[in-house]
Amino acid sequence: MNLGIIKVKINQTEFELQGNSTLEDAAKIYGATPPFAAAVNTEFVPRSDYKEKRLKNGDEIELISPITGG
Amino acid sequence: MNPSHNPSNESKDSEITLYGETFKSRLLLGTSRYPSPEVLAKAVEVSNPGMLTASLRRQSSDKESSKSFWELLQKLNVPILPNTAGCHSKEEVIATAQMAREIFETNWIKLELIGDDYTLQPDTVNLVSTAQALIALGFKVLPYTTDDLVLCQKLVDVGCQAVMPWAAPIGTGKGPINPYALETLRERIKVPMIIDAGLGLPSHACRVMEWGYDGVLLNTAVALAQDPVSMARAFQNAVNAGRGAYLSGAMQPQENAQPSTPVLGTPFWHHT
Repeated sequence: MNLGIIKVKINQTEFELQGNSTLEDAAKIYGATPPFAAAVNTEFVPRSDYKEKRLKNGDEIELISPITGG
Repeated sequence: MNPSHNPSNESKDSEITLYGETFKSRLLLGTSRYPSPEVLAKAVEVSNPGMLTASLRRQSSDKESSKSFWELLQKLNVPILPNTAGCHSKEEVIATAQMAREIFETNWIKLELIGDDYTLQPDTVNLVSTAQALIALGFKVLPYTTDDLVLCQKLVDVGCQAVMPWAAPIGTGKGPINPYALETLRERIKVPMIIDAGLGLPSHACRVMEWGYDGVLLNTAVALAQDPVSMARAFQNAVNAGRGAYLSGAMQPQENAQPSTPVLGTPFWHHT
């Protein structure tokens, strides 16, 4: 089934993905390297769900990593 | 103010217990703004902090810097207190806290919900319900808050077993700008309290510890000192000194001078 192309934002940069893409696909395309965690549309997605988490047009994905903080 | 701890146990009292978990020091240290990772590591080594704060940001092209910080944290082997710095809504806080829990493998969270970008004052209207939501998700919440008594009490009421009022806005180094509010808070709030934000000098830390605060959390005062390592040590000494003074029970100030040397037998003294 051709699901076409969807447009998503990963860390505020626009990406075009296949319509059946998952969060795992998005993390790969972005080149995310561990350790990182993810949220889609301000909702946390556990690492164990990346493969099942289907993305849809307009999703905003955050891939975040540890940094220094106060 | 009467010390609530046993003064004879002073050496043990360098530790702080939060949510039933004991940490080795009453000084909590931030990891940001140091001249280099090496200086941060050395500051941690000399000041022996109970926890280190860390944060989360979008993974950028500079992946190496994040990776090396991560490796440094593993090496330092100090409990991590992730923060939700920069969050402006309950939803952002909750997602950030959950991401932090997955990465740092800890339920501890320093709740920062910013209400004003200029002063970095917390969103006091939504802070309590946000803390409550985090607690329901199993987090051990240390909320960064103002020195408002009723707000702090509400945070305790929804299950915060410690609260972290500011001394002054983050990064200002002004020290306690409202001593009356902070002293009142200490008298009224019965859970552990940590002064978070606004300290600039070891004397500031010493002062709030003398008032009976249970710990201090600081970053900029150490990181931006000309010699951060030496300043980290100075803050640790100040925290211990203040705690010792609190446990010792300070004398009451007197209006009139009273000689400390006995008057009886003073040579050359005679009635005039």
